[in-house]
Amino acid sequence: MQDEVARALNGERRALARVLSAIENGTFTLDDAGITSVIKTDKSTWNTMAITGAPGVGKSVLVDALMTQWAKQGHQLALLAVDPSSPRTGGALLGDRVRMTSVDDPEIKDLVYVRSIATRAASGSVPLIVEDMASFLHACGWNRVLIETVGSGQSELRCAAVADRIIVVEGPARGDGIQAEKAGLLELADAVLVNKADLDGAQKHASELQESFNLGQREAPPVLLTSGLHGIGIDAASDLLLQLEASGRATRARMRERLLASHERRLVTHPSYNECLDLLTKGTIDIENALTILLGDNDERSS
Amino acid sequence: MAQPLRIVVAKPGLDGHDRGAKVVARTLRDAGHEVIYTGLRRTAQQIVETVRDEDARFLGLSSLSGAHSHLFPKVCELLVNEGLEDVIVFGGGIIPHEDRPELFSAGIKAIFGPGTPTSEILEFIQHANGMNDAGVGQGNDWHWESKA
Repeated sequence: MQDEVARALNGERRALARVLSAIENGTFTLDDAGITSVIKTDKSTWNTMAITGAPGVGKSVLVDALMTQWAKQGHQLALLAVDPSSPRTGGALLGDRVRMTSVDDPEIKDLVYVRSIATRAASGSVPLIVEDMASFLHACGWNRVLIETVGSGQSELRCAAVADRIIVVEGPARGDGIQAEKAGLLELADAVLVNKADLDGAQKHASELQESFNLGQREAPPVLLTSGLHGIGIDAASDLLLQLEASGRATRARMRERLLASHERRLVTHPSYNECLDLLTKGTIDIENALTILLGDNDERSS
Repeated sequence: MAQPLRIVVAKPGLDGHDRGAKVVARTLRDAGHEVIYTGLRRTAQQIVETVRDEDARFLGLSSLSGAHSHLFPKVCELLVNEGLEDVIVFGGGIIPHEDRPELFSAGIKAIFGPGTPTSEILEFIQHANGMNDAGVGQGNDWHWESKA
């Protein structure tokens, strides 16, 4: 594997793909290669940016338009595109590439790397291992790593654990003004893109979001209208996002999500995890028994 | 637990019919594998780059346009050129029996025609995955004999 790591660091894409698989499968860790985490602590620039939002709002097409723009300016970009694994069989259909044109554009394809990722055992819209994969990509010269989450709704915040910036993609006709007032994901956004701007209701939704943000005490995140499909607003959005400073909204939430995700990873990678699920399904043990098996005596739950 | 296999399902060339590719993708998904679907009208080069970047173990090619005798061997050739000789390639669609020997000699390990039970594709995947030299450029002239 060390040989493969060296070739990946040297820019060989086949080796890079292999090392990413090994990281994903848990057979190789960043410590083995002496690579540190990609997550930034200063607010001025970013290495990883999460693109999140409900299914069907146009995340993939929008990401593709942004990547095309950035690659044409000479930036080297990687996309980790996450789709859900089946809760029944563990299989997955990873379809984000279908909408990607930047990876096939002969002018820029050497500057764009796209990798499809299944959530596997992780709950939430992004598995924590994505951070390690992003860190390795960064070490290989892919300076900006985009993470497209599973389509997710109002309260799914796991992307905060793995990204320096959180971009929420919205669409037109996504409910009335009260939806914009609700607590959740939107509060953590460093920017909001209202996509499908060519359709009725996009402008109205953007205004409602803007109004809602202005009611708060904090500085409002920028709200932009875009259409990934028709190229509307992509120039403005790509310039803004590239320079986007952290709003600081997600600092504590990030730590919470990292803690929860790490705890979950410990559970789902435990050698007895599947056996526990089987026994729970049969009814031979209860949840408390399972927690005792999986977390052992180290778990100091408050009584 | 065993890691899921990563399998690219691709539609090379000018062919807009993807029901078959979707059925195969769904079958593989339901068998617990991770399927990367490329979408329609991909060039051989695009497919090979997808297999490379996605680190796929298998590549399934679907063609109903009649251009399989050109496109399938082209994909195989590019895979070998890119150093992806250990990737296992199978195909499906409307592929007349008389065209198949040529495809097998190009390194394709199975051709599944209309009427193939999906279970047979899974048997092939399991069998070929257990071999250590079933890749497109590994020189083993074995291929799966499909009933359909």
